[in-house]
Amino acid sequence: MNKKIARKTSTWILDGNHAAAQGVKLSRVQVIAAYPITPQTPVTEKLSEFVERKELDAQYVAVESEHSALAVCTSASMVGARTFTATSSHGLAYMHEMLHWAAGARLPVVLACVNRAIGAPWNVLNDQQDSVSQRDTGWIQIYARNNQEILDSIIQAYRIAESVYVPVMVCYDGYVLSHTEMPVDVPSQKDVDKFLPSYKPHTILDPANPKNYNLVTLANPRVNAEGVLCHGYMELRYLLQEALQNSRETIIKVGQEFGELFGRSYANMFWENRLDDADVVIVAMGSLAMEAIVAADMLREAGHKVGVLGLRVFRPFPKADVAKALKKSRLVVIFDKNISYGLEGATCSEIKSALYGRSVRAVIRNFIVGLGGRDVKAREMVDAVNKSLLSVKEGDLNAEYPEWICAI
Amino acid sequence: MGTRDCQHICDESSPAVGEAGKTGEWRDSFPVIDLEKCLLVRQNKPSCFLCWLYCPDAVISRTIPVQIDMEYCKGCGICAQICPAHAITMVHEE
Repeated sequence: MNKKIARKTSTWILDGNHAAAQGVKLSRVQVIAAYPITPQTPVTEKLSEFVERKELDAQYVAVESEHSALAVCTSASMVGARTFTATSSHGLAYMHEMLHWAAGARLPVVLACVNRAIGAPWNVLNDQQDSVSQRDTGWIQIYARNNQEILDSIIQAYRIAESVYVPVMVCYDGYVLSHTEMPVDVPSQKDVDKFLPSYKPHTILDPANPKNYNLVTLANPRVNAEGVLCHGYMELRYLLQEALQNSRETIIKVGQEFGELFGRSYANMFWENRLDDADVVIVAMGSLAMEAIVAADMLREAGHKVGVLGLRVFRPFPKADVAKALKKSRLVVIFDKNISYGLEGATCSEIKSALYGRSVRAVIRNFIVGLGGRDVKAREMVDAVNKSLLSVKEGDLNAEYPEWICAI
Repeated sequence: MGTRDCQHICDESSPAVGEAGKTGEWRDSFPVIDLEKCLLVRQNKPSCFLCWLYCPDAVISRTIPVQIDMEYCKGCGICAQICPAHAITMVHEE
């Protein structure tokens, strides 16, 4: 593969949805099945335009529901097509069953989730509850901080998915990114072709050699007609977990290769901003990490050594990397645009899990922010950190429940 | 010895006898045919074969008399239910 730095790029002003659509087009996706839902709809419109104008050689399947959308994608992927779907919130929930299916079937489907709050009550604005709620399904999850990362992550998603045979969800904040225009470097088709080879399926449907995939699988292993001991259900699920655990290596390698060709490296599981000398770390995921950098600027001016850990890959959760990055922290303030009801923000629980047994004696504080599109201001994040600093004096490492930044 | 050697990453199977293992081991009871009642034997011609037709696992042969492959017969009892001569009874396995 030609490793020369890509020369032909052009900078376009794109909103997040259009950036996603461009990423899909450049990835030469072959089958698209999607159902419109605010704020994802422009992705489906843009893609169907590309197909209509024959700029993208793909089949666009108009389906009547998101469940069908992902069913079409998994079927098409099964017969060797590169597939794509996009959704948000209720749409993602509607395809929940198929999310489990695609992962268990080890199909490299790529899904863009335009993060939107879930009802009840109805809300079309941004938070991350939708995709975070699906973290158990076995999909790789990548969160983009800006529109450039959306486009880049979709292209990388196909490389990653098709190497490890695990579906990938690229998540980006509804409205904040999806409907906000930013300059985006759009690589040339020629350069993306260098980066992304064609899909080699592990499922071959061939009448000359007929097979049945994802059949009823019993608890125990079975000896098949050829005398080979085949997996029981649990062994297959073990392999999915193993694939996710091992995918970290592929994610970083792909991110590095992307950097070498396109000049923007993704050889990381999270973005680090001034972590080297920080003893107070703010953690956030998606576009919130950008706001956190502004908050960190303000806190630094006030004399605090604050850094930002912008979580990029949520699944597989980078436990070892997180523990290493937070080794010297006295205080970790985690902002979650989601909550696992009855407990706390998902990112907070997972960071605590990463730190257990690693002799990191940091105070951890969790703030629930931005649900239902509530604007999160840097000033509010600064106040939250300052408040948490008081707990450091008390040495109170854990709090029972998170605090909420809202008007209650 | 583990299952990794099968080299599957999702469950897959090919159509072949015994692909699901020795399913005969699953059964609770097995069919016994009274050849004096079986219409095929009494008439010595292919006048019935309903047991062969209805068997969901295709373990009954289309011969006179029929043969049941006990390695794969799951003991579902459909043959006993459908036999018009009531020639088949299901007997509990010891």
